[in-house]
Amino acid sequence: MTEVWFVAVAVLGALIVLTLVRLLIGPTAPDRVVALDTVNTLTVASMIVLSVAYEQTVFVDVAIVYALLSFVGTLYIAKYLGGEISA
Amino acid sequence: MIADTIIMVCLGIGLLFNALGVLGILRFPDVYTRLHAETKTTTFGTIFISLAVIVYGAARVMEGETGTYLTLSVHTFVALLALAFTNATGAHAIARAAHRSGQVPKPAVVDRLQEVRE
Amino acid sequence: MIAFLVTALFAYLVYLVLTAGSGTIGLWSQAELIAGGGISLVVAAISRKFFCRTGEYRMANPLRWVLLVAYAAVPFFIEMARANIDVAYRVITGKIRPGIVKLSTGLETDLGVLLLANSITLTPGTLTVGVDEETNDLYVHMINIGMGTETKESFEPDDVFALFQFPEWIRRIAE
Repeated sequence: MTEVWFVAVAVLGALIVLTLVRLLIGPTAPDRVVALDTVNTLTVASMIVLSVAYEQTVFVDVAIVYALLSFVGTLYIAKYLGGEISA
Repeated sequence: MIADTIIMVCLGIGLLFNALGVLGILRFPDVYTRLHAETKTTTFGTIFISLAVIVYGAARVMEGETGTYLTLSVHTFVALLALAFTNATGAHAIARAAHRSGQVPKPAVVDRLQEVRE
Repeated sequence: MIAFLVTALFAYLVYLVLTAGSGTIGLWSQAELIAGGGISLVVAAISRKFFCRTGEYRMANPLRWVLLVAYAAVPFFIEMARANIDVAYRVITGKIRPGIVKLSTGLETDLGVLLLANSITLTPGTLTVGVDEETNDLYVHMINIGMGTETKESFEPDDVFALFQFPEWIRRIAE
């Protein structure tokens, strides 16, 4: 049963690498933010699956905090791109 | 045994929709359509992956192992709620920022927001 | 004072959910129950002004939370599944006809508009781009506008949601 979880993590890792292609080629800043947001979501999913694979419940707590903090990061970048905060 | 089947199905659905979302991000022509693919499919896929984990924890609790597996299920559920709420709001923020920074939806048949701005 | 109590109670509930399974009094240990009480009082003292900013206590009614859970579990989940199949179809075939339209909602509170905007973002073919803060109208990016409908000045919710009356549900939850 444990192998299933590792396979899932491997697939999620491959998807993150594919999303990084969009992060690299752009072409505009909002496109990159969309890709970054996807990477964040997939990272949360991988953390949840890894917590089962390694039987470490603490990983899920990290995932909760990561989800909330990445949301704040996304909001901040979005505000900056919209011209409401000057760097 | 039934729990194992449910876990496999949930994980399969979750990974499939995550993969479709990533494919959409690579394929669609402009930032708004990419956001469509990103928000809907990755949220749905991650919800199903979390459901698989919740079912796994619940099945272990049913077998009589308490403590950490109950915590696992409950915390995964909290993570799921956090993700479902923040993802939609984050997408809204990105879309608003993209429009404010002058990204025109292209191709598009109509743009009422641009008409209001002008 | 009411703001302080509501915030403290909410913080305590969240703490209890996060520490479930730690001991034998119900599901919790004595230490967690006491520590949670102390921490939630400190949190309430700091954050009551943000948490109860509008000065309305509608959402303190548990019935509204039950409705919210029912809404998320049945109509919203079905619409979300439809949305994903729809997006999957468009990712594979590439058939899109996008544009931004105006959607008049008729909702009044900020929370109602937030819930509807988030619901719209996760349901078929639509994505919220902007909010008109005076009239609470939403600007919605649709991935596939029906032929001929793009000339309409503003859309009604019925044009967007095929199976369920989302604004009705949200009015019952948040207003």
